[in-house]
Amino acid sequence: MNHDDRELEFIRKQLRSRLPPWNGPELQVDLWPRVLRRLEESPVTFGWFESILAGLAAVTFAIFPELLTAMLYHL
Amino acid sequence: MDTLEQFGAGDQDAFEALFRQYQSEVYRWIVRLVRNPGVAEELTVETFWRIYRHRNRFDARRPFGPWARRIATRVAVDYLKSIDHRESTGQLLEPVTPATRCSGPDPVVQGEVRDQIARAFFSLPVRLRVAANLALIEECPYQEIADALDISLSAVKMRVGRAVALLRTSLERMGMRP
Repeated sequence: MNHDDRELEFIRKQLRSRLPPWNGPELQVDLWPRVLRRLEESPVTFGWFESILAGLAAVTFAIFPELLTAMLYHL
Repeated sequence: MDTLEQFGAGDQDAFEALFRQYQSEVYRWIVRLVRNPGVAEELTVETFWRIYRHRNRFDARRPFGPWARRIATRVAVDYLKSIDHRESTGQLLEPVTPATRCSGPDPVVQGEVRDQIARAFFSLPVRLRVAANLALIEECPYQEIADALDISLSAVKMRVGRAVALLRTSLERMGMRP
């Protein structure tokens, strides 16, 4: 065993004696109701692409307001 | 259409089936990273929420477990980054009890050494700490760590090596040489 291995082994041993591998109890509860609640609570979020599109549309309508009436006519 | 394909298409029953199959495994993985059962439960919920949100990115030809584990690891890493270092040390580090001290010539000194190493461990950057936790404490195979962190095998070795070097520096600062 070379010096690096000895050093690694020393640090591993000290760490494991202070912070042993996790051996706690298994999951005790069913998390499905919480997942469902989380899914229902999820707000509608806009990604960067949607934000850029909305920004471009706002700028376009600010510069060419007549486009707004044309768009409303076609809707 | 099998469960994975149904899940990819947004079927909530298929998602529930996958959740029931994998919730314990995902929880077990997260609790090893954050070492706090209550937090691990919350992060398991967060993981499955992200899984459902990103279902269109899932490739139904590939296994679900490793993909879920990658997302769980990202969620746990985000959490560890978000909490203050002192808070995490206090939360995760139980006081030294006589039983946890080694049987060396001076158990008090040995206990202090371990406390110092643990403190140095918690002051590591999260990406190094997570790799070191999985490799040195949990003794996971390096390939498993690489898959979970979505990095190469050599990157895992580099992170663990860097963590050990930083821990060694901390020990040397305390006047200890391994």
